[in-house]
Amino acid sequence: MSETNGKGSATPMLDELEKGEWPSFVTQIKEMAAEKEQCQQLLELLERSYREKIGHWKHGGIVGVHGYGGGVIGRYNDLPEEFPAIAHFHTLRVNMPSGWFYTSDVLRKICDIWDEHGSGLTNMHGSTGDIILLGTTTDELEPTFKALTENDFDLGGSGSDVRTPSACVGPARCEWACYDTLDLCNDLTQTFQDELHRPAFPYKFKFKCSGCPNDCVASIARSDMSIIGTWRDDIRIDQDAVREYAENGVNIERDICGNCPTKCMEWDGHDLEIDNGNCVKCMHCINAMPKALRPGVDTGATILLGAKAPIVQGAQLSSVIVPFMKLEPPYDEIKDLAERIWDFWSENGKNRERVGEIMQRVGMGNFLEAIGVDPIPEMIAYPRENPYVFYEEYYEEEDEEAEQEEEEGAAVP
Amino acid sequence: MAVTAEQVADAMYDLVKEYQGKKKLKAMDLTHMMVERYGAEGCDKKMCKAAIRSLIDSDRCVYTYFGGSYIELPHAEGAAGGG
Repeated sequence: MSETNGKGSATPMLDELEKGEWPSFVTQIKEMAAEKEQCQQLLELLERSYREKIGHWKHGGIVGVHGYGGGVIGRYNDLPEEFPAIAHFHTLRVNMPSGWFYTSDVLRKICDIWDEHGSGLTNMHGSTGDIILLGTTTDELEPTFKALTENDFDLGGSGSDVRTPSACVGPARCEWACYDTLDLCNDLTQTFQDELHRPAFPYKFKFKCSGCPNDCVASIARSDMSIIGTWRDDIRIDQDAVREYAENGVNIERDICGNCPTKCMEWDGHDLEIDNGNCVKCMHCINAMPKALRPGVDTGATILLGAKAPIVQGAQLSSVIVPFMKLEPPYDEIKDLAERIWDFWSENGKNRERVGEIMQRVGMGNFLEAIGVDPIPEMIAYPRENPYVFYEEYYEEEDEEAEQEEEEGAAVP
Repeated sequence: MAVTAEQVADAMYDLVKEYQGKKKLKAMDLTHMMVERYGAEGCDKKMCKAAIRSLIDSDRCVYTYFGGSYIELPHAEGAAGGG
């Protein structure tokens, strides 16, 4: 039996989405519908879309705040006479703090601003990481922006620009952080304000900062430039703590050594030995015995490039562009690398072509040459196979001549 | 041929006006066209960036989004009619 929402409109199909044990966006919108006509009409329009199997939203167009080309996503419905309260229902992306740390006071301020200027509906957080404020009119954009900036918030990225950089909680709460993800994220955000607010690229560009190879922000799958913490010395081992794990029932031979992808560990019942040269920093052993094992002390990050969801071409993960980079303020090396990549991409990229796609189109060798990075064996598409770099410098002229002579010789009967 | 950022902004504005309704131009399209017109020595990317900023800040042009970000003349958004 269908329920009715706060104003008595039946939404039987949406009501189905309130059943079950999971939180329901329908229930949450219904709560706001009691206060906001926009939310009431939003439910009715969605119910109608489910019934008709037709979407009623147009996305894009001209909306924004003065001087910015990103941060506002225009939404208009195609039935404005029937649903006038949501004729405009624009989304604002607000740049979240690094690592998503808030005080409850700040969260209340954001909600108060949105209650005053918009639908009151939020999405904490969008997949890029921004605070998403759902639904307002064109007239309310500038007042909302003013209120946000008065509270030290700024809009995030959207469109063909640098999207709001995001980072894991890093050293604030995690002992495995190999660099200060929060500081780098904030630094990149501040440095690239122009690129964030004024779209000038062929398409979007995302930075995501993960403090260790666990990659809690999934940067390898979700960002054009994945900055993943790593170390280049040895895993730190506390042998007493390893033995304690063993005494407490951990089967180190089976569950630690046996699950190591490169089998670079040996356990003799007393000591754990690691062949660090063959460690691929998968983090399994460290995750399994956090009291006994820790990343090394010579830490930095691996820089990977090219992840994307399927749009023009299929989805792909980032691949290594710099195996190890020290990441310390003022982070000039990584900023310089990003700018070289943008120069080449802006100059040669096709409309809506992501960095990962241009890498594939022009070939890794050409791409590396264009951005001034030397090819090295770590630049592989998949671990321990398929190197796709053509090492021209190893192919000397003399070799060519020798090959030619050999061929000519073979041709003579 | 040396030009100022304002001259580049004016030239960009003329292009945007000429192409309005025919082809949507991105910031990188305008930059390429200016570098081609004035030469890389007279008009570099930095100058084009400043020119675009001037165009937007002076409200002569606006950013729009249609699957990508474009620079266009300000106009009434067709879909906004009912708002």
